[in-house]
Amino acid sequence: MIEPNPKGEVWIFAEQEDEHLSETSLELCSKARELADRLGVKVGAVLAGWNVRELSYRLIAHGVDKVYYVYDTLLEYYRTLPYARVVCQLITRHKPQIVLFGATPLGRDLAPRIASEMRSGLTADCTDLEIGDYTEPKTKAVHKDLLMQIRPAFGGNIIATIVNFDRWPQMATVREGVMPLGDGDPRRSGQIIEEKIEFSDFEQSVRLIERVREKRKVNLKGARIIVAGGGGVGSKENFKLIHDLAGVLGGAVGASRAAVDGGFISKEHQVGQTGTTVRPALYIACGISGAVQHRAGMEESAKIIAINWDKEAPIFGVAHYGIVGDLTKVIPMMIRAIREKE
Amino acid sequence: MAYDSIVCVKQVPDTANITGDAMKDDGTVNRSALPAIFNPDDLHALEAALQVRDRFGGTVTAITMGPLSACEVLRDCLYRGADRVILVNDRRAAASDTLATGYILAQAVRKIGNCDLIWAGRQAIDGDTAQVGPQMAEKLGIPQVTYFEALVDLSGRTIRVRRNVGNGYEVLEARLPILLTVLDSANETRPAAAKRVMRFKHARSAGEITNEVAANMPAASSAEKEAEAARLLEKLRAAGLRIEQWSLDDVAADLRRCGMSGSPTKVHRVQSIVLTKEGYTEIPPSEEGVGRMIHELVVDHTLG
Repeated sequence: MIEPNPKGEVWIFAEQEDEHLSETSLELCSKARELADRLGVKVGAVLAGWNVRELSYRLIAHGVDKVYYVYDTLLEYYRTLPYARVVCQLITRHKPQIVLFGATPLGRDLAPRIASEMRSGLTADCTDLEIGDYTEPKTKAVHKDLLMQIRPAFGGNIIATIVNFDRWPQMATVREGVMPLGDGDPRRSGQIIEEKIEFSDFEQSVRLIERVREKRKVNLKGARIIVAGGGGVGSKENFKLIHDLAGVLGGAVGASRAAVDGGFISKEHQVGQTGTTVRPALYIACGISGAVQHRAGMEESAKIIAINWDKEAPIFGVAHYGIVGDLTKVIPMMIRAIREKE
Repeated sequence: MAYDSIVCVKQVPDTANITGDAMKDDGTVNRSALPAIFNPDDLHALEAALQVRDRFGGTVTAITMGPLSACEVLRDCLYRGADRVILVNDRRAAASDTLATGYILAQAVRKIGNCDLIWAGRQAIDGDTAQVGPQMAEKLGIPQVTYFEALVDLSGRTIRVRRNVGNGYEVLEARLPILLTVLDSANETRPAAAKRVMRFKHARSAGEITNEVAANMPAASSAEKEAEAARLLEKLRAAGLRIEQWSLDDVAADLRRCGMSGSPTKVHRVQSIVLTKEGYTEIPPSEEGVGRMIHELVVDHTLG
């Protein structure tokens, strides 16, 4: 761990694969920028890989001031231990006050390894981050300008705010899709700092034998409009209505867990705590009761329409428009109304 | 070649089935109102370990850290085929965050001694952090493979596994020992074996025996209770039904690294989710109502 260092930078770990930055890394850039401006410090990004220096410019465009670039053939493909060594050594060298990772499969593999080695705190899967003050309940000691690490717990039934005031850096993984993705400004300037990490003594104990990546067939995160169906849709046949409505709107098809479990649609369409978190311009929830786990994945949508038989369904609690009725009648009405407007 | 496995399991509140009593008025979780279950991913970790033992020989030891009630999941491990179960139980471990928990479990693994494979579920449903596995691996100084989905090959001191990373998979090769965190898609878990249930339902930890004796002999002196507990425990040990119970001292844990003092992360605030009933525009399920709503969405540019 490092000592609390209020002058330290706000860092993000820039996740890249096959020379592409993950979208989550760019989301982290805008959040880090906001936190750093509040604290009056710079934003740093750790970029590790082989031949990926070019990605620095994109990070800078999205708000990074200093890119700490480490390259080594060992880093060409992600493996936990060499990457953990990079980040731990850079933290020890530059003493950032905050380090953020995407709560991606990679981030959730890497960050705990680093936190353990640094013996510092780590909060998983945050949905929001703020700067605030914390008073220790026993000693009444006040710690100013800490990172408030906000996350759902207990299956999304509670929201906890976590702080780490003494064993820094303050580290968190941040859920994909919950921070707004900015456009980036190609005119922004920043520094690229090449960092050397010693690997001569490194014993490569894990070898990558095979690596297969599938192109995502369903792009929920990128969709402007999502039409999602739940258990209330009733059957796979009825689920065709969801596809039809999405079709006329040019939107993507989402689903609640109940619809996936019911076999109406495949899991890659699932929105919610265990599926994808989305924030489209319009989310139409059809026959979705709105369990917390589902709401956690969609309540940030700009506009929400809920269609449900049950007027007590919790989904109406987050809706802007609510239609209490039979979706097999309402959806065709909507399709007609949309066609008419054209 | 036979392989010895350790499986880390956890008893968790069933967060998927939260009822009205589950939250106290102050917004904190009323754990006692929630049914306690075997963490789902951990069942798959246990199954993965049992499959290795069934194929190659060796042993499966299950460990958990928690209150005495966590013996429930250890008995379940015995029912399904575990050879040995250990409860790490110590008041001073309360309020441990993932860093402290990873440390304590790593100490328990050290005490168990030689092992080839350490298995854990990908994550527990009460916190969903997925951190303790990798943190244990780091504390033990061994590599980790997260998101284990299939054993590709195991021979000598070399293992090949497939891990699912969401948008694809990887096959990794590693030297033993190694820690693996297991996805629920890795296997179908076996049910409890009826014969083993009949036998191991009598398995108890020392703490459970102490509580049972206290309940059954309310009038006895503490010396009498102690003697009775010792007698029962000896009987259990002889029958192979004693659940080992270790304290932080037993695992030689540095107390500064356990519990509250060993936990860098502190809970500042907890809010239960209250639906913000700001109200919504109710649209009647008619052609006219739906038409009006679509028109509004066009006017405010939600629909292009």
